[in-house]
Amino acid sequence: MSDETFDHTKVGKSKNRVFIRLVVYTILIAFVILYLLPIIVVVLTSVRSLDEIYNGSLIAFPAKIDFSAWTKVWSTGCVGGNCKGIAPYFYNSLELVIPATIISTAIGAINGYALTKWKFRGSEFVFAFILFGVFLPNQLVLLPWAWTLGKLGIANSTIGLVTLHCVCGLGFVTLFCRNYFLSIPDTLIKAARIDGAGFWTIFRRIILPLSPPILVVVVIWQFTHIWNEYLFATTFTSGYNKPITAALMAMTASQTELREYNVESAAVIIAALPTLLIYFFAGRFFMRGLTAGSIKG
Amino acid sequence: MDFKNNTGRLGSYERMGEREVFRPKPSLKDILQSYMPQFVMAPSVFAALFFTYGFVLYTFYLSFTKSSMFPSHDLVGLVSYSKLWANFRWKISFNNFFIFGFLYVVFTTFVGLFLAILMDQRIRAESFFRSILLYPMAISFVVTGTVWRWLLNPQTGFERMAHDWGWLGFHFDWIVKQDLAIYTVVFAGVWQASGFVMVLFLAGLRSVDSNLIKAAQIDGAPIWMIYWRIIIPSISPIVLAVLVILIQNALKTFELVEALTSGGPGVATSMPAIFVFDVMYGRGQLGQGAAGAVMMLVLLLAFLVPYYFYLRFLKAKGSEQ
Repeated sequence: MSDETFDHTKVGKSKNRVFIRLVVYTILIAFVILYLLPIIVVVLTSVRSLDEIYNGSLIAFPAKIDFSAWTKVWSTGCVGGNCKGIAPYFYNSLELVIPATIISTAIGAINGYALTKWKFRGSEFVFAFILFGVFLPNQLVLLPWAWTLGKLGIANSTIGLVTLHCVCGLGFVTLFCRNYFLSIPDTLIKAARIDGAGFWTIFRRIILPLSPPILVVVVIWQFTHIWNEYLFATTFTSGYNKPITAALMAMTASQTELREYNVESAAVIIAALPTLLIYFFAGRFFMRGLTAGSIKG
Repeated sequence: MDFKNNTGRLGSYERMGEREVFRPKPSLKDILQSYMPQFVMAPSVFAALFFTYGFVLYTFYLSFTKSSMFPSHDLVGLVSYSKLWANFRWKISFNNFFIFGFLYVVFTTFVGLFLAILMDQRIRAESFFRSILLYPMAISFVVTGTVWRWLLNPQTGFERMAHDWGWLGFHFDWIVKQDLAIYTVVFAGVWQASGFVMVLFLAGLRSVDSNLIKAAQIDGAPIWMIYWRIIIPSISPIVLAVLVILIQNALKTFELVEALTSGGPGVATSMPAIFVFDVMYGRGQLGQGAAGAVMMLVLLLAFLVPYYFYLRFLKAKGSEQ
């Protein structure tokens, strides 16, 4: 910001200003504590022993650090009677999220390109037609999907969930890419067409090199949504085929005599870790792309 | 008439002003190429047609049949709907949607806006604050619901902590109270979404024309008045978009409640999305579940359709000027 830019925060008496800033920081720090509390609590709980936890509340510092919950949750913890730890479910989620994210992002890029740079009669209608799925609660398609996955022979499998997420993510990926590609000047495309470039050549040579900002957004969006998704996961898989969210719910919501809060805390952290890591390393690019494109249209 | 030109390509000569121009006859490849966009969009259109609209229609159809454990094709009219509206669980779920939806949307919007205004005061370490306030967006409702269940539970969370610290008179047990548990769901929902809303609002606040603010300042308007009369009205399109995002979030709320309260105590915090799922899969009453799902669609359209026409109205107004 240059010196000439008007700063509305630097108005009024200076005493007042200092006081206001103090209030602003106090409130923000209070919110930060409230927002961090759940994370702090699960991290601390995961290294406390059960005896210690049952002597007080979950909100306390560990008297002695004990990592046994971590080894237990990974390889011997029980999820609804299956006691091979949370690892198999974690791998299920990885096997689900990686192909589903790649495929749906590719579909989004191609759709967005076709809808903005090769407008045809009815292309706006096609966009609106696909977009409706964004708002639709999944309960409305749950039953027919169960039937379809059964018919295709991919019920209770990772391939089934990949298919599902590619189809159900259509609206979002198309929306993001379309809004972004609208900002690429059409003259670029026209020039390339005059030079004889076709649909795919222009996509490869012009659109893709300009796409990384939006592809980051779509990849992060799809990754977090598919990783965190629960309804389809719990409906269409069972036993060792469950993704991590369904397994975590089966673990933490089960009725038990003695809830192992330390083990479950470790499970909670493992389930949250991949998306948190992505958020902390690439979140900046995500917000930049999101606030630039998606709010319009 | 088609001729071959000097390169041997088939085509016709056309008059263009003074000159004659050779127009090559389009080859099959050219024709295919010109339909490429439609060809590329076809699978997506088909997928939406079949897997979205077709499936919704099928659910709609099921709601008029006698389906129980398995889909049946006996049409029985509105029987499922009358059963649905006679079901006290559905009534609680339907009411909860309005209680939760209203409070969640209002509080998330206000907290988000409030945080955005605080963040707009040229504070230090802005990106630090923003990252912390936004991270709940990245994690699953199953995760946050589980942790908040522990923290709000009187035996393991805040109440127990206060007792351990010697404040024995402290009571906070809303999550196990039939009439208050829904507010804990509101709290967890607001906690999860307000950072996201804050970021959207902050981008809006930053885009307001600073000359307007300057002019108001010179006229001696106090800072709260400037926000209330100038800045907030000029971000109203963002406010509207945020409201739409939040309302459809509220309607889809499912795993947050499952993880936080499992719809309980009893069925006190059941929501339409939970009701539909439980009735379909837990109780094998497909017809009634489908009827509930159709009611969810009605709720969705009840605000989506006006929003759509409002946007079209804005667009039409914009193009007139």
